[in-house]
Amino acid sequence: MQTSTADPLLSVSGLTLHRGARRILDGVDLSLGRGETLALVGESGAGKSTIAVALMGLLRPSEARIEGRAELAGEGDLFGLPERRWSGLRGGRLAMVFQDAGAALNPCFTVGSQLTSVLRRKLGLGRAAARARAVELLDSVGINDAAARLSAYPHQLSGGMQQRVMVAIALACNPDLLFADEPTSALDVTIQAQIVRLILDQTRARGASCIFVLHDLALASQSCDRIVVLYAGQVMEAGSSAEVLKAPRHPYTRLLKSCVLEIGTARLEPPAGGVPPWEEMPAGCRFASRCPRALPRCAGEKPPLTQEGGRALACWNPE
Amino acid sequence: MTDTATVAPRARRRSTSMLRRRPFFTLGLAVALAFALAAIFAPYVAPYDPTFQDIEFMMTGPGAQHWLGTDSYGQDILSRIIFGARYALAIGLCSVAIGALGGLVIGLAAGLSDGLVEWLLMRLIDSILAMPSLIMAVAFIAILGQGVDKVIIAVGIAMIGPFARTVRADVMQVRVQLFVEAAGLMGVARLRIIWRHILPNVVYPLAVQVTIRISEAILVSSSLSFLGIGVTPPTPDWGLMIAEGRGFVSFAAWMSGMPGAALAILLIALSLVGDGIREEFDPKLRDGA
Amino acid sequence: MLLMALKKVLQTVFVLFIVSVASFSLLKLAPGDPVEIMLGSEYSAEAHAALVRQLGLDQPLVTQYLDWLGNFVTGDWGTSYIARADIFTYAFVEALPVTLTLAAFSLGLAVVLGVPLGVLSAVKKDTAWDAGAAVFALTGTAFPSFFLGILLIWVFGVKFGLFPVMGFVPPWEDFWGGLYHMILPALTLSTYFIAMIVRLTRATLVEVLAQPYIAAARARGEPGWRVVWVHGLRNIAMPLVTIIGLQLGTLLQGAVLTETVFSLPGAGQMITSAVLGREYGVVQAGVVMTATLFVLVNLAVDLAYPFLDPRLRPR
Repeated sequence: MQTSTADPLLSVSGLTLHRGARRILDGVDLSLGRGETLALVGESGAGKSTIAVALMGLLRPSEARIEGRAELAGEGDLFGLPERRWSGLRGGRLAMVFQDAGAALNPCFTVGSQLTSVLRRKLGLGRAAARARAVELLDSVGINDAAARLSAYPHQLSGGMQQRVMVAIALACNPDLLFADEPTSALDVTIQAQIVRLILDQTRARGASCIFVLHDLALASQSCDRIVVLYAGQVMEAGSSAEVLKAPRHPYTRLLKSCVLEIGTARLEPPAGGVPPWEEMPAGCRFASRCPRALPRCAGEKPPLTQEGGRALACWNPE
Repeated sequence: MTDTATVAPRARRRSTSMLRRRPFFTLGLAVALAFALAAIFAPYVAPYDPTFQDIEFMMTGPGAQHWLGTDSYGQDILSRIIFGARYALAIGLCSVAIGALGGLVIGLAAGLSDGLVEWLLMRLIDSILAMPSLIMAVAFIAILGQGVDKVIIAVGIAMIGPFARTVRADVMQVRVQLFVEAAGLMGVARLRIIWRHILPNVVYPLAVQVTIRISEAILVSSSLSFLGIGVTPPTPDWGLMIAEGRGFVSFAAWMSGMPGAALAILLIALSLVGDGIREEFDPKLRDGA
Repeated sequence: MLLMALKKVLQTVFVLFIVSVASFSLLKLAPGDPVEIMLGSEYSAEAHAALVRQLGLDQPLVTQYLDWLGNFVTGDWGTSYIARADIFTYAFVEALPVTLTLAAFSLGLAVVLGVPLGVLSAVKKDTAWDAGAAVFALTGTAFPSFFLGILLIWVFGVKFGLFPVMGFVPPWEDFWGGLYHMILPALTLSTYFIAMIVRLTRATLVEVLAQPYIAAARARGEPGWRVVWVHGLRNIAMPLVTIIGLQLGTLLQGAVLTETVFSLPGAGQMITSAVLGREYGVVQAGVVMTATLFVLVNLAVDLAYPFLDPRLRPR
């Protein structure tokens, strides 16, 4: 897959992930330039979050079997790294904002201790310096009275505040790459836009790249440079946000777009049934069972992801 | 009503295959049943009279004639263990029955009353629970004296606390659902609700508790005999036999070892059964899984 | 929160009241006439009447109870008829410290061994190691402790002669000697608790480790050991402390048996010999001490909840 820059920060090729007998991800290719924002879009169960979690190295070998390569500039193949190197990268060059900040902050530790522990370990700051930096960070993510909030426990903050804290923790060590796994789905609609804005502004200010996991196509196209459309663990189509949304070539992207336009809601749950159960998953293109333009070969033969003018497409019968 | 109708067949299907799905439970059940059968048919199974003292064979080790050896009086240990199973199981079952009945009464009363009465009954349950069952049984033995019947009563009373607590918790649950709509009803109608709706909902988990706590009752009663304040000799009681053999550990280890092993095996088997039943039928555990 | 605490304290006081009434009735319900026991087999009717008056046994029950309670609280627990010794000294000063030492050693051993074993079991979930720990936990919770004690005596005392099998050396006088004498008894008593703590630690930690905040802790680069031992363990502190408090009764009753097996002069042995000797005053002292200890420890656990789990603190 082609990137927007010649020297990608991250390039993933052939990422295949099994949980037991289930193939959750099937040969996913991605690449991301420096300072670029990429949105992974698809229905629930498309494997978007799994990609993020796998690239953060958070899956234990007992949980999932991973094949393929993920080259991070300056590190080589991430999947070949020992756990020690991984934990050096996590919180440093790689960071993640989780779906539900209320659940992702440890209820037994203060906001301050969870924030300063990263600063102290990763940046080697002393107690006082870490505290000062933590106050700055909380301040920069828009938390009032930051110094006082340090001694608060997560449950004492509102959902929006908790997510801001998560963002602050993720950005604490100026990561090169930030994963944002549906960072707004647990929040009120009014706050969602603020948080997305916050993440984008903060990553751009730092020149960092960002992978957003979203199920809102409209939001994805507005906020991210490029979009990757996923279905049941396969990449369907990828390209710059504007182009993909303006002229989708894959029938699935068309379907996603149509429900955004028709209903105008945030949730992407296309009509015509859901993702088939794992036992009935087609061996070829996984969308074949629901595709309005399916050809006889689609279900049996997986279409290759072909590059064309900065866009990528995996379909035997594109529009 | 439609609810129970849809739930019932599923529950039945679960229990028929439970033996196959839970091999440890099945193993425990088989061992416990073997003990029970040995206890029931003790006179036919045991090779000797459990209190027959053979002067020729005092403290002989396990061998062809006495499979598990003899004790310091020349009594056959295998026969005493088999007859001892009678006492262990009988005392266990009877005292659990007493504990469950007492717990049912106090638990129902605490669950159905409110205000000061409920508070007082709760504190009563708390104070029963404050005394470990063995200590409480010892205190009652002090008042009642020794003997099989006294041990049953003492252990039974000592077990009321935990039963009462679970019964009360179950009553509270049903009560919340039922008494809201039945708030206007008085007298007979209220009694009928207790009989028709609350009791069935309480008895079922209580039965589960009973199976789980039999092993505790057996442990406490044999502990009493081990301390020398429960069943009196020459009754073939395991705890007593273990205590008798204690002084001879250095050269006749089988005297304590054999009845001790019997007790340990029965208790482990019963706890396997109890675990299986609890995991299968405890709604809290099932939801959590 | 203060109101909650006050309510808990009030409840505890009332429970202690019921315990005291029960203990008082123990003396009243006890068979035999204490006066007769004190006077011996031959006595005159006048002497009997005089002693009844002297002991206040002709007073109404409520007065007798209040008198008894007053005496008990001030440390006047009566005299052991047979030993002719002060029960307070015998039970509280001499026997209780032995039991508490045994209980403390066993509890310490249980936590030091049980928590790491449970953590390993949770981290290595569904491996042979985990299965082994499960078998140990099941056997350990079901095994009769007094028989285990005899087995340990047989193996470590008789066969290998490694550890002393009886006697008590106060660790506050000779710490290592005390520890040495306490090894087998503490192992006997703590096996049940090790097994129980392994079970509880595994069950609760498996649940905690599946929580998003654990993944989040890893995502910000916390090393694996810190994730488990700091972030994971901190979140199971509350169930762990709760179960230890609730199981204190089991610990104390296990101490009774262990003391008998290893001939330790503790409260358990005191109660047993008192029952055999029909020394109801001593039995009563033992019951009151154990129950009070249990109630107070559980009050402490209740009051400690907000410190263990910040979510229980006021917003």
